[in-house]
Amino acid sequence: MLLLHRVSKAFRGLRAVDEVSFEVDAGSIAALIGPNGAGKTTTFNMIAGVFPPDAGEIVFAGRAIHGLRPDQVCVAGIGRTFQLVKPFAGLSVLDNVMVGALLRERTTAGARRVALEVLERLHLAAKRDLPAASLTLPDRKRLEVARALATRPTLLLLDEVMAGLRPVECDQMVEVFRSLNREGLTILLIEHVMRAVMALAGHIVVLHHGRVIARGAPDDIVRDPAVLECYLGEETEV
Amino acid sequence: MDWTLVANVVAAGLLTGLVYGLMALGLSVIFGVVRVVNFAHGEMMTVAMYAAVALFAAWKWDPFLAMLPVALAFFFLGYLLQAGLINPFITRPEHSQFMLLVAVAIIMVNALLMSFGPDARNVQVDYQLESFEAGPLLLDKARAYAAGAALAAAAALFAFFRYTLTGKAIRACADNWLGAKVIGLDVKRLYALTFGLGSACVAVAGCAMVLLVDVSPPLGPYYTLLAFVIVIVGGLGSMGGALLGGVLIGVSEALAGLFITPSAKSMFSFGLLILVLLLRPQGLLGRRA
Amino acid sequence: MNRRLVLLGLLAAALVALPAFAGPYALSVATLILYFAYAGQAWNVMMGFAGQLSLGHSLYVGVGAYTAGALYFHFGIGPWAGLWVAIAACVAFALVIGFLAFRFGISGVYFALLTIAFAEFTRIGFDHLAWTGGPGGMFLRVEQRETWDLANFRGPPAMYYYTMLALAAGAFALCAALVRSRAGYYWQAIRENEEAAQALGINTFRWKMLAVAISAAMTAVSGVFFAFYYNNLFPEQIFHISRSIEIILGPIIGGLGTLFGPILGAAVLTLLSDGVTELLAALGIETPGIKQVFYGLLLLVVVMFLPHGIWPPIARRLRL
Repeated sequence: MLLLHRVSKAFRGLRAVDEVSFEVDAGSIAALIGPNGAGKTTTFNMIAGVFPPDAGEIVFAGRAIHGLRPDQVCVAGIGRTFQLVKPFAGLSVLDNVMVGALLRERTTAGARRVALEVLERLHLAAKRDLPAASLTLPDRKRLEVARALATRPTLLLLDEVMAGLRPVECDQMVEVFRSLNREGLTILLIEHVMRAVMALAGHIVVLHHGRVIARGAPDDIVRDPAVLECYLGEETEV
Repeated sequence: MDWTLVANVVAAGLLTGLVYGLMALGLSVIFGVVRVVNFAHGEMMTVAMYAAVALFAAWKWDPFLAMLPVALAFFFLGYLLQAGLINPFITRPEHSQFMLLVAVAIIMVNALLMSFGPDARNVQVDYQLESFEAGPLLLDKARAYAAGAALAAAAALFAFFRYTLTGKAIRACADNWLGAKVIGLDVKRLYALTFGLGSACVAVAGCAMVLLVDVSPPLGPYYTLLAFVIVIVGGLGSMGGALLGGVLIGVSEALAGLFITPSAKSMFSFGLLILVLLLRPQGLLGRRA
Repeated sequence: MNRRLVLLGLLAAALVALPAFAGPYALSVATLILYFAYAGQAWNVMMGFAGQLSLGHSLYVGVGAYTAGALYFHFGIGPWAGLWVAIAACVAFALVIGFLAFRFGISGVYFALLTIAFAEFTRIGFDHLAWTGGPGGMFLRVEQRETWDLANFRGPPAMYYYTMLALAAGAFALCAALVRSRAGYYWQAIRENEEAAQALGINTFRWKMLAVAISAAMTAVSGVFFAFYYNNLFPEQIFHISRSIEIILGPIIGGLGTLFGPILGAAVLTLLSDGVTELLAALGIETPGIKQVFYGLLLLVVVMFLPHGIWPPIARRLRL
């Protein structure tokens, strides 16, 4: 469904992402992991159209999407969250999600219906009339997901949505994504919380210094010596 | 075309431009550090000009002598303005800061109108009619002194930021507000200090300017706009850029006045502003954010 | 919701009935309030909804006024036909400015300064445009002021009042509809966080352009009214930055991004300014500038203590 082929990006000479290739199958959940500064968010931003890759191709649903603007990528069917949450602080929770829902709904009434469904799913319905600015961090993360979901993506990019969540909240989120995935949503997530990665991902890509150093099933990845050395060895957050 | 005339006009524009540059330097320093756009900048300039006029009228103080007390008074005024009024606004949105400073500007300009009336005022010193001769160039003495004072004040400010501990601390604040706070700098005091210094620049520029033009209250908004044009052209937050922008605007105004018509001179400046905004929004000497 | 409608109905009824009770002076003040309410509403579309700070709206007042004014002055073309040309001219200006600013990534303070620069540039341009009288101004003929002549927009003060009332009401209704539409949601999203808005599939460039165009078109209408109400146009007056500030004071004081803010703000500011004038006259103080100093002080107090404007706390109190 999503294919990256030798994608590279440099910032001021520093190769943040270096010939990265991987594939995400339709209907799967894949995870992109790696230590800080490995190039995960840069890869995400290139998929989402924040900036174009210097070289390489990104193909989504059979169509090259590198070079498209973020809004065009979203229209093509890719929803994303931001690692540093970006709520529309002055708007209510419901209005935040309605903005997303309006992408595929012709009327505001329709968008409201979709938004309420999504909020229900993410356990935010009770807070729908609060201003987004008043939400706690875990709720803001949920709102971030809700907004992206409301655009009815076929591929959802999640950038560290579990960070800062308590284990119970994290498990709840995992459950939400599992059920979404069962309904056909493809998910690519960046995650540091290994508990969530192991619970969700069927396929893991490990980045280190901008390169793919390993990929495969979770059980294989945790035994891969290269991964253990660069990543799991120094991470304590399991 | 008489080239001596052109050369003389350019030289005069350059000298006036240095005074403009010092005025804009104040705005630029304030923006660079406090991140607040001082929409009352030209009004402050006009207040300084009137202060020089008043000191001259009362005690025959030469504006260059008046510079020191006026700059000192402006330093404290700016310090208090920042500490008392603007500090609570630094975390508020831009339009909110804008309204605050517009209110301050309205008060300033109309307080001047109340105190001095609508008529243009000036000072008359004997060296205003004298000039230096340098080859074909005839430089007005007053203009040359004014430019010299502007350069000296700018140099003092450069030195302050470069060599003193406080100056370095202020630069640290400008680079990284949070970092400065973390290492224990009193950011609010440094902001107030910066606003005070920016105001002192305006004071010196105002005292110098009063020798070159007549002052009336509507000059306030005009100078505010002019200062904006200059700092945007030179690069908001860049000290050298402010001086360069001032000179560019001074010379282009002078040339526009010679070749087109004096009343169209600011059209030239605004045209330049639009071009710079579009082609090099960080300004000629500004760094890209 | 019903409470709101009842209050709105009462307000509308009072405004419609006003000329029956008000003298000529009160009527002119009321017309001025409605004028600022209207222009503020127009500016609010751009800043209050879409978050694009324009400090150069005098440009659209001026271009609107001069376009319709010149068509009438030179060719005898009436204001109703001139209106459309004025709107087209202002929208063209707005789209050029918007295109340049948004394509070149100019935002915030820089955008505000760009709008000032365009307004000033145009002001000086009109100062040198002989066709519209240059700095000496352009004066529109007034044949009569007694009977309602809507076609040429000439008549008694009540006609201007009702026109302005209709415009203000229309702008209110338009903004109320806009803010609840897709455009309203998208603009507010852009205002709150442009990057997030774009990630949700919003073509931010296009929607910002729409906000700028609608705001300019609405302001153009206020310019045409200005031309035929005052009948004399000077670049120095109409394009001046103080005219832009006048327009934006209302919505900011009243409550940015709210529907009632511009109306309330216009009323409060106009009445305050007039009240101060009256008070000073009664006290026999005639020093020029003193009124504006009071005005500035009041502004300062409101900006400092009511950062979101006067309307939001009142709305809460009235439980609207």
